[in-house]
Amino acid sequence: MDKIKCECGHVNPEGTVLCEACGKPIEKNQHIDGNDKRKLLNMRYDGSARRSLTYNKTIIDKIWSFFSSVKVGIWLIVLALIASAIGTIFPQEIYIPADAVSRDPAIFYEDRYGILGKIYYELGFHNLYSSWWYLLLIALIGVSLVICSLDRVVPLYKALKMQRPKRHETFVTRQRLFSKTEAVSTDEVNSVKDSLQKQGYKIREEDGHIVAEKGRFSRWGPYVNHIGLIIILLAAILRQTPLFFLDEYVWVREGEQTVIPGTDGEYYVKNKKFTLETHDENDERFKEAIEKQGEVVSNYQTDVIVYKAEESEVTGAEPKLTKVKEEDIRMNKPLKFDGYALYQAGYQLNEFSEMSFIIHDIDDEQKKPLAKFTVDELLDPQSSYELDNGFRVEIEHYYPDYVLEDGEPRSESKYPKNPAFVFAVYPPDSEASEISFIGIGRNIDPTGENNYKISIDGFDTRDVSGLTVRRDYTLPFFIIGAVIFMIGVIQGMYWQHRRVWIHPKEEGILLAAHTNKNWFGIQKDIKKAIAGTTINMVVDQQKLHE
Amino acid sequence: MSLEKRKAKKSKKKRNRFIFRSIILAVLVGAVVFALVSNSQKDKTIYKVGDQAPDFKLEQINENNELESIQLSDLEGKGVMLNFWATYCEPCEAEMPYMQKLYPEYHNQGIEIVAVSLDGGQLVIDRFIDKYDLTFPVMHDSKGQVSDLYKVGPIPSTFFINPEGEIVEIVEGALTLERLESYFQQVLPE
Repeated sequence: MDKIKCECGHVNPEGTVLCEACGKPIEKNQHIDGNDKRKLLNMRYDGSARRSLTYNKTIIDKIWSFFSSVKVGIWLIVLALIASAIGTIFPQEIYIPADAVSRDPAIFYEDRYGILGKIYYELGFHNLYSSWWYLLLIALIGVSLVICSLDRVVPLYKALKMQRPKRHETFVTRQRLFSKTEAVSTDEVNSVKDSLQKQGYKIREEDGHIVAEKGRFSRWGPYVNHIGLIIILLAAILRQTPLFFLDEYVWVREGEQTVIPGTDGEYYVKNKKFTLETHDENDERFKEAIEKQGEVVSNYQTDVIVYKAEESEVTGAEPKLTKVKEEDIRMNKPLKFDGYALYQAGYQLNEFSEMSFIIHDIDDEQKKPLAKFTVDELLDPQSSYELDNGFRVEIEHYYPDYVLEDGEPRSESKYPKNPAFVFAVYPPDSEASEISFIGIGRNIDPTGENNYKISIDGFDTRDVSGLTVRRDYTLPFFIIGAVIFMIGVIQGMYWQHRRVWIHPKEEGILLAAHTNKNWFGIQKDIKKAIAGTTINMVVDQQKLHE
Repeated sequence: MSLEKRKAKKSKKKRNRFIFRSIILAVLVGAVVFALVSNSQKDKTIYKVGDQAPDFKLEQINENNELESIQLSDLEGKGVMLNFWATYCEPCEAEMPYMQKLYPEYHNQGIEIVAVSLDGGQLVIDRFIDKYDLTFPVMHDSKGQVSDLYKVGPIPSTFFINPEGEIVEIVEGALTLERLESYFQQVLPE
């Protein structure tokens, strides 16, 4: 097969539907765009040769033409859409509730959702969004996007660059907007030309044939848009690598210093203080919310110091720390250091850190202390306390987060949010002990025979800050991709590629026009241009046919 | 243009097209492979059935048991039940009596129970051991290193490890007596 030489002299690549230069339909290729069945020309891609439709020799060409099909692209998108939707029917594996009888996905889905759940699990939908086939589907959409775009933008660019003002008559007569005027003077043609020029059209002439064109760059909109999408997809791939993206969470108690996860032990953070502030209860702006909720928080803040560990000489030895930064972290005001960012993400208020007690005579109204002791780390308390005056206290039971459940005392978590103790008090020189139960707002003598009583003397609390550790080098790529995407959308949406052809014929002219969208707009342009002349207004031939 | 020249030009163009398409496809395939590989490696830190159980060493704190510390690799040749639990976790508490009930018999047959507590302090663990008269080894993962190593989410979480040190079964959630016994049978040394 050879290149196709048109009667105008232009040599077109194989597969061309409309001659790139003069627009004459190329006889043997009319089936490609379906022109053989219709009166009007299909102007898709200006009749240029989509190379994939023609060459199919090597395996590379076959793969290429498969992905360059828009039909294939749309099917991939539809499949991804259906799969994504199915993934939302039952919860994903990571969202299996903690109180489920069994969190093993092999059991959970069937147990809770029956046979449908079992099918769901067996087909791997419980882990859909990170499954290899789902990712492959998304990746294939990306491949299709790249190849579809390349396969169309190059020939379209060439065709629009090659186009000549002098078009073949069939090209002109088979346009959607067309009119024929029997007798037209040169002045009239010139006035149309001037008017079109004033309306922003670029005029080119050849042997009295005229093409007026504007807004060609709008044709590149979809491709610019695709470039944006491809950048976004690439950014999503980069986000998979820990080098570009890291997301961790760490709880730090006030006064505590801990290694920042995800930094390979390189950085440490110390929580100096957590602050929770609320809006003034009389603040008019939040009147309704305050009425509803009682208070409205105005600030969550953690004051931290970030340290960097120096390479320690002996492995296992405590690293030497140097201060990197000392700053306040507030909501949406992260602390940034060396590419990492620490965000204020959570908090727990008033966790008990230590508690002190006194022992006094049970009948003593004045509560004169006979002995004092302090339980100084409520996360991990020591069990036995030797006191002055010969008293000894043992912690029989400890409930850091006390609740009473079915008459049984127990702890809900390991955090000392509501500490309660069962103490055994050994009075001086006595082997027999007395049992007391002490908690916040509770002080019980279970036997009723105690001689001594323990009372809470004071306590200290601390807050806990939840910090998100993030490093994200992909964000700029997402932003660039999104901006390019948007530019492409605007380019394609708000401008139209309009062309008007004037084709002299004997005494008169043939007038034809094409636009990629907004046919009303181009008709308005033409109406304005031919005003005051005898040239016939173009007729929408598609409407005539309907 | 002569026929030869045109032919030469055409074949040159064809070759260029082939090279161009091959390069683009190679780049795309590369990107896809990279995305899939880096995604699959993300899960590599999570141990699955069939993987070798990662080694760790913790101090043994149950006074009813004679061991001072436990290193998982030293237990090779025994079937191991590695149980992550805490005193405040009700389902954990529910399965403890079953573990204690089966322990003496299966310990003689070469099964070891390694119960790693995620509690805050040792006091509560000691009291818990007393309450249920536990005799199997209990460890306190005070810094959360071991539970981090095994990527333990909600507890109880139990790993059954065969005498070769391979994870045979991972159970999320509480066990019944019957299921516990059947898992013991699975990891029983020959």
